Amino acid sequence: MLRDITLGQYYPADSVIHRLDPRVKLVGTLVFLVSLFLFPGFSGYLLATFVLFSVIKLSKVPFKFMVKGMKAILFLLLITMGFNLFLTQGEPLVSFWIFTITKEGLYQALKMGIRLSYLVIGSSVMTLTTTPNQLTDGLEKGLSPLKKIHVPVHEIAMMMSIALRFIPILMEETDKIMKAQIARGADFESGNIFQRVKNMIPLLVPLFISAFRRANDLAMAMEARCYHGGEGRTQMKPLAYKKRDRIAYLLIFLYLAASIAWRIWGGALF
Amino acid sequence: MGIIKASKLGFDYFKYNEEGEDPEVFRAIDRVDLDVQEGQFIAILGHNGSGKSTLAKHMNALLVPTEGTLWVDSINTSSEEDLWKVRQKAGMVFQNPDNQILGTVVEEDVGFGPENMGVPTEDIWERVEKSLKAVGMLGFRDKSPNKLSGGQKQRVAIAGVVAMKPKCIILDEPTAMLDPNGRKDVLKTVRQLNRQEGVTVILITHYMEEVIYADNVFVMDRGHIVMKGTPREIFSQVEELQKYRLDVPQVTLLAHELRKAGVDLPKGILTIEELVNALC
Repeated sequence: MLRDITLGQYYPADSVIHRLDPRVKLVGTLVFLVSLFLFPGFSGYLLATFVLFSVIKLSKVPFKFMVKGMKAILFLLLITMGFNLFLTQGEPLVSFWIFTITKEGLYQALKMGIRLSYLVIGSSVMTLTTTPNQLTDGLEKGLSPLKKIHVPVHEIAMMMSIALRFIPILMEETDKIMKAQIARGADFESGNIFQRVKNMIPLLVPLFISAFRRANDLAMAMEARCYHGGEGRTQMKPLAYKKRDRIAYLLIFLYLAASIAWRIWGGALF
Repeated sequence: MGIIKASKLGFDYFKYNEEGEDPEVFRAIDRVDLDVQEGQFIAILGHNGSGKSTLAKHMNALLVPTEGTLWVDSINTSSEEDLWKVRQKAGMVFQNPDNQILGTVVEEDVGFGPENMGVPTEDIWERVEKSLKAVGMLGFRDKSPNKLSGGQKQRVAIAGVVAMKPKCIILDEPTAMLDPNGRKDVLKTVRQLNRQEGVTVILITHYMEEVIYADNVFVMDRGHIVMKGTPREIFSQVEELQKYRLDVPQVTLLAHELRKAGVDLPKGILTIEELVNALC
């Protein structure tokens, strides 16, 4: 269940995508997400699909890991698609009882479906090929100019990387507490929505307590290992752009340019 | 003066009531004197609440004494400007392996300490490789810690401390959450570090079986050091240990009972082989 979310789950492999500088991957993901909203019609999604699948192929991460992340948003996806399908005004295609499916609705629903799934898959590619530490290193370095205006960039990056590290652990813990409470007669399955929310209390209270305890332990372990903020800290894997990163930037730029062009002139194509 | 020396060490915990007033003072450790020589393997035994963890946290300057002084490699742990020096000299491994591993990849976690110390990049890689090798986890360097067993995680945590090149490693009940196999691996690793690298080891535990290889054992009870000596000396006093709610190893207990029943056996038998040799 909960632990199917792939976010923050690194898949170790030796590929070009894994070796790319995290800043490149961050920019690339951002451009990809923006492009999904730039493309006016399906023709653009063909390009997006091609790009996405070539990147997945290059990354050597099995496709099923990407799809795993989809399960978590399946509900959201269905609702969004459903609303678009039934509530968009336009030329009716089929109608039964009080529902009418319009051509525009179908088009919108498909578009939203593709956008949402590609959003998730696109970000999964990044999180699966980049260790959270690299990711936060990338953010830290990318945002370091903000240090001049006293934004605690290092601290934010550190908090993010710790949060990412503890997601799977807390998931496991949730599972454990849930089972323990079920064994004592707690009921998470039945009742209306309010009762269910109320029934979550015996799950949330122990979870919070254990999270605080963990945070306390971790802070102590970090201090014991001489952690004292970003000052005077060196890096094991310092970031430096290589040739492949420059090439990747070029490709990302071309892709962005293509999607902007599509937006401006391509609307007429479909 | 040894690598770790404590003189009349005392520490108070304050327990505040709900309004945050009138703190109730609770003495966790009291008048503790200690002198550990470099290269030794020291074990500190004690029942829950005996103050052994509090003492351990002092050696890493996570806590500073309320009374008395503690020196780590001749540095006073109470002096704030030397805090990071102390923590580099005396590394600490905690009980729960999950709560002390920060990295999402084994090698990144091991590199965390040296990064904090400002070690140049190439040296970090060298240290990471060396320390992973020392704990026998080199083959797991690019794995996620979540996929390791408890014993393996704990060895990664030890590697993380070793990479800081400390003179002394303090292990605060490192095996309490592990299965018997993990426990064996971790102890073997610790003993190897002690013998091959010459690192001073201070092992805090309440498992008797773990201390038989120690050079010296300290027994704590209610904040005091109540017994000290070699494992043999300590374990020959079965009744006294039981007074401090500590169990002796099964073999030792058996030998003790046999002696009481009139069998001619020497005091302080620690291993099965010794008992066999003494009996046959």
